Amino acid sequence: MLLIHCPYCEEMREEEEFSPAGQAHIVRPLQPEEISDEQWAHYLFFRKNPRGLHHEMWLHAAGCRKYFNATRNTVTYEIMETYKMGLKPSVTASEEGQS
Amino acid sequence: MQQYSGFGLLKHSLSYHENWQRVWSNPTPKKHYDVVIIGGGGHGLATAYYLAKEHGITNIAVIEKGYLGGGNTARNTTIVRSNYLWDEASHLYEHSLKLWEGLAQELNYNLMFSQRGVLNLGHTLQDMRDIERRVNANRLNGIDGEVLTTAQVQEMVPILDCSTNARFPVMGASWQARAGTARHDAVAWGFARAADGLGVDLLQQTEVTGIRRKDGAVEGVETNRGFISANKVACVAAGNSSVIAKMVGMELPLESHPLQAMVSEPLKPILNTVVMSNHVHGYVSQSDKGDLVIGAGIDGYTGYGQRGSFNVVEHTIAAIIEMFPIFSRVRLNRAWGGVVDTCPDACPIISKTHIKGLYFNCGWGTGGFKATPGAGHVFAHTIAHDEPHPLAKPFSIDRFSSGELIDEHGAAGVAH
Repeated sequence: MLLIHCPYCEEMREEEEFSPAGQAHIVRPLQPEEISDEQWAHYLFFRKNPRGLHHEMWLHAAGCRKYFNATRNTVTYEIMETYKMGLKPSVTASEEGQS
Repeated sequence: MQQYSGFGLLKHSLSYHENWQRVWSNPTPKKHYDVVIIGGGGHGLATAYYLAKEHGITNIAVIEKGYLGGGNTARNTTIVRSNYLWDEASHLYEHSLKLWEGLAQELNYNLMFSQRGVLNLGHTLQDMRDIERRVNANRLNGIDGEVLTTAQVQEMVPILDCSTNARFPVMGASWQARAGTARHDAVAWGFARAADGLGVDLLQQTEVTGIRRKDGAVEGVETNRGFISANKVACVAAGNSSVIAKMVGMELPLESHPLQAMVSEPLKPILNTVVMSNHVHGYVSQSDKGDLVIGAGIDGYTGYGQRGSFNVVEHTIAAIIEMFPIFSRVRLNRAWGGVVDTCPDACPIISKTHIKGLYFNCGWGTGGFKATPGAGHVFAHTIAHDEPHPLAKPFSIDRFSSGELIDEHGAAGVAH
């Protein structure tokens, strides 16, 4: 069971209150009609799926019902940080020396 | 390769079973192979076997980071079935089921393949509509299937709670009689032994650290035992497929999730079929040893840790107890997790790539075990001819940009 800090509620809560929502910081193409099918497919389906540090979204489903971001290690499951939507992560792969 | 038989067992008993031949050898890597297969699980070993047997390519190495069949092959719930909804998927899984039916004889290895049937329960009107649609689709594709009433289900599985007092009463089920279970480790060992017998090098404790390319074609793989050159490299790394893809700068439409399973203490025979429920969300069968083999859904987060969260175990057990109140005091023996590579459309990727000589077989998600022989068979064809096998063609990675997705969530979402 993960303990997750919701940056909006500012509390550590149990994993069951949350639902994971996949890779964070995916930018929707600004002009979808101008990009190729491959680029659109990449936006829709292709994921980094890293073995190591992962920036991902979570939804505090049974709490404030807000989405937020987390930086988590996908091998150890350690959560390095959680941060509000729109912010950038402070822990990144290059600092950790891994990907 | 030494043939196994009842007579052989008798003969070796005279020498106290001390002279059995090693099941496979432990070779040192050669400098060059025609095909290098990354991943020594069921799918990788099956691919090597069919390449050697059907396509005459025997200069093959299977490179495995750990030991043979030590990943998801050892971690699944051993269910084999082919009652998928869409034509493309059902043809592929039925191809596999047909291979299963003759596989133990072919490999001369006891796979303990048991066609004890699979029940997929329906608990809502929509479940029953979906079940009827799926069974009809199966029958049109020549796959056996029946829709059972609650009374028929109850007769088949007396210990299942079919009463109207259940939170989600059983309204019926689909039944595939040819489906069943197989001994998961034996599949890997059987393929490994047969492939080794055909001259395939099984390189264990060998980790791929990079893939060398030149002019858009593969040259070989870097490993912890040095560089191995290869004409073709086939990646069958399941949950770690994205890690291999990253070595050549590719991303895949995959997310790796922990999928947990568990077994109870051994019980006397009580359940002689496989019972699955999408709605209550769990499935169970009883192994020949007597333990209940239990599974359900993935942990929602991505993870390579081969373990998941306890709340998922709790949900799984709650579902099993909901269906089988009689199991409420059974104790669990072991629980574990595997890393499954899930695709957005719950269907695998069996594909060439934009890099010449690089092939991927991945994205099987929670249901790759049942496909082991079939996937190996069509993937071997794809590698040997550099052209997808007709059954593998719809599962090309191009489907994500062409839009021809095969949405098997209905048949695959939970129940594998």
